[in-house]
Amino acid sequence: MATAVQQPSDEPMILLEKVNKWYGDFHVLTDIDLSVKRGERIVICGPSGSGKSTMIRCINRLEEHQAGRIVVDGVELTNDVRKVEAVRRDVGMVFQHFNLFPHLTVLQNLTLAPIWVRKTPKAEAEATAMKYLERVRIPEQAHKYPGQLSGGQQQRVAIARALCINPKVMLFDEPTSALDPEMVAEVLDVMIKLADESNVTMICVTHEMGFARSVADRVIFMDRGQIVEQNTPEEFFSHPQNERTKLFLSQILAH
Amino acid sequence: MAAHPAQTGATAGRPIPKASRAVFWNDPRVRGIFYQILAVALIGGAVWWLASNTIENLNSRNIATGFHFLGREAGFDIGENLIDYSPADSYFKALLVGVLNTLRVAVIGIILATIIGTIIGIARLSKNWLVAKLASIYVEVVRNIPLILQLFFWYSLITEFLPGPRDALHPMAGVFLSNRGLKFPLPAHEFAYDLAMVLFALGLIAAVALGHWAKKRQDATGRHFPTAWVNLGLIVGLPIAGWLLAGAPLTFNAPVLQGFNFVGGASLSPEFSALLLGLVIYTAGFIAEIVRSGIQAVGKGQTEASLALGLSKGQTLRLIVMPQALRVIVPPMTSQYLNITKNSSLAVAIGFPDIVSVANTTLNQTGQAIEGIAIIMAVFLTISLSIATFMNWYNKHIALVER
Repeated sequence: MATAVQQPSDEPMILLEKVNKWYGDFHVLTDIDLSVKRGERIVICGPSGSGKSTMIRCINRLEEHQAGRIVVDGVELTNDVRKVEAVRRDVGMVFQHFNLFPHLTVLQNLTLAPIWVRKTPKAEAEATAMKYLERVRIPEQAHKYPGQLSGGQQQRVAIARALCINPKVMLFDEPTSALDPEMVAEVLDVMIKLADESNVTMICVTHEMGFARSVADRVIFMDRGQIVEQNTPEEFFSHPQNERTKLFLSQILAH
Repeated sequence: MAAHPAQTGATAGRPIPKASRAVFWNDPRVRGIFYQILAVALIGGAVWWLASNTIENLNSRNIATGFHFLGREAGFDIGENLIDYSPADSYFKALLVGVLNTLRVAVIGIILATIIGTIIGIARLSKNWLVAKLASIYVEVVRNIPLILQLFFWYSLITEFLPGPRDALHPMAGVFLSNRGLKFPLPAHEFAYDLAMVLFALGLIAAVALGHWAKKRQDATGRHFPTAWVNLGLIVGLPIAGWLLAGAPLTFNAPVLQGFNFVGGASLSPEFSALLLGLVIYTAGFIAEIVRSGIQAVGKGQTEASLALGLSKGQTLRLIVMPQALRVIVPPMTSQYLNITKNSSLAVAIGFPDIVSVANTTLNQTGQAIEGIAIIMAVFLTISLSIATFMNWYNKHIALVER
C-alpha cells in the first residue's frame, strides 16, 4: 500500500493500448484503447457479443490478448506467470454466475485466498471475512454452504470474497444478469455502498442503467469488439453521439 | 349455447358418474401392498421349491451336506501361497490360501489401476496433442477388448514369447525375466536393512505429525511450511541415512540359475503377472474415463474464480477442482474396485490359484458342490461389501451440502 501512495496519482490504474483478440477468425476485440484512473468507476454496456466481458476478462488474464499492451498498476500482462499472479492478487472479480466454491462454507470461500495467497493467519483472515460479510449484510450465513443460499445472497458472498483480497481494482462481469428480478436490488445496493465507502477502482459490465447513472464516472459503449462511445453518464444518456449507441439505448430504455 | 338452454341444464344437473369414484383396487397404496404380498409369495415359493428339491436329490444320492469336509486333508498342491501350505494341510487352509491370493491380486490391482488410470485420465485432458491422443487410443483399445482375451494375451506373451530361464532377459543386476516369470533380488537379512525399515516407519509417523504441526502453524501465523519436501526427506532420506550409517551393506539374496530354474530371491509367477497386468491395464482404461469425466464435471467457472483470486494452477487443482471432482469420481470408482475384485476370478482361465480355482478343485474332489459355490459367493460378497461400505462412507464424507 505504501508504494501505491508514492506513485503519481495521474498514472493510470489500468491501461489498454491497441488491444486485439481473435477467437479463430472472429475478431472479438479491435484496437481497444482505454485508460482507467485510480478510483475511477466505469460502466461498460453494449449488445451481447460485443466483447465487453472478453475485455474485462483480459484485464486479469482469464483471456489472453493477442496484440497490444495491457498494464495494470504498472505491471504489464505477459506470458510471465508471476506477473499474471501479481496482477490477480490486486484485482478482484465478480462473475455473472457467482462461481462460489460449493464444497467450502461461505467463510472458507472468503478466507481461501487470504490464507493461501496472502498467507494471512487463519484467525485474522476469518475476522476480515466477517467484517466484509457484515458489509454485504449476511454475517449470519458464514457457516452455511453456497448451495443453501439464494442467488442474491450468493452474489453478495462473491462480492465479499473478491473484497477479502483487499483489491485495488474490482471487475464486475454482469453481476445481476443471472439473478431473479427481486434480488437485483440487494446486489446493486451492496455495489453502490462499496462505491460510496471505498476508493477502489471499479469496472462493471452491466445493463443496469440506474446503477450507471448513480455510480459511474464514465459510461463506455461497446459494439462489435470496439469502443464506440464513452462519456459521463449525463451526457451519455441525454446526448448519445453515435447511431449505434442511440439504437442500443432506445432498445434497453424502451421499457 | 343460448339456443339450447335445456341441453346445458341437463349436462350440469347430471349426477357424478359412479365410475369416477375411487374403487379400492385403483388405490395405488392397495395395489402396492398387493404386489408386495405377491412378490413375497413368489420368492418364498421359489426358495421352498429349490430347497426341497435339493434336499430330496441329495438324500436320494446319499450325499452328505455340511462343512465337515473343511477339516479333511486337501491332498493337492497350490502353486503360489502367501502362507505355509502343503498338500497335507486341510481344505480350510487350501481355501484360505486361495482367498489370500485373490486379495493379493485385488488389493495390488486396485492400487495400481487407480494410479495408472488417474494419470491416463488427466493425460487425456492434456493440451499436448500427442499425449491426449495416446491416452485416448489407450482407453479405446483397452476398454473394447474382452478382459479374458487380454488375460490370454498377456499370459501367452509371458509364457510363449519370453525366453527360457537359461536365456532369461537380464535388464539389470539380479533381475531376470523369463517364461517362468520375473525374478528379483531381496535384501539379505542385515542389521542395516532392519534399521532402515524402522526409520522408514518412524519417518511416516513423523511426517503425519509434521503435517498436523504445519497446519496448526499456518492457521496461527499464516506462514506456509514446505511439507512435501520435508516429508520426502523424512520418509526416503531417513532410512537411507540409517542404512549408510550402518555401513551401507550391499548384500542381496539374488536369484541364481540352478539347473532348469532360478533359486533364491523373490519371484512373480507368469500367472500372477499376467492376471495383475491384465486386470490393471483393463480397469485403468475405465478409471481413466471416470477421472476425466470427474474433472470435466467441475465447471470452468470454478477454475476461473480460483485463478482470479490469485491462486496458482496447482493450488486450484488441489483445493478447488479435485475436491469437487472426487464427489463425481467416487461412486463409479467403487464399481471399478468391485469389478477388479470380481474379475480376478477369471484367474481360473490362466491357472492362477485364486479362491475360485481352489474352491473348484475342492468341490471336484469332495463333491460338495453347493458348499463350494456357497464359499466362493460368501468370499466375494464379503470382500465386495467391505469395499462398498468403505467407499460409501468416504463418499458421504466428501459429499456436497445442498440446501
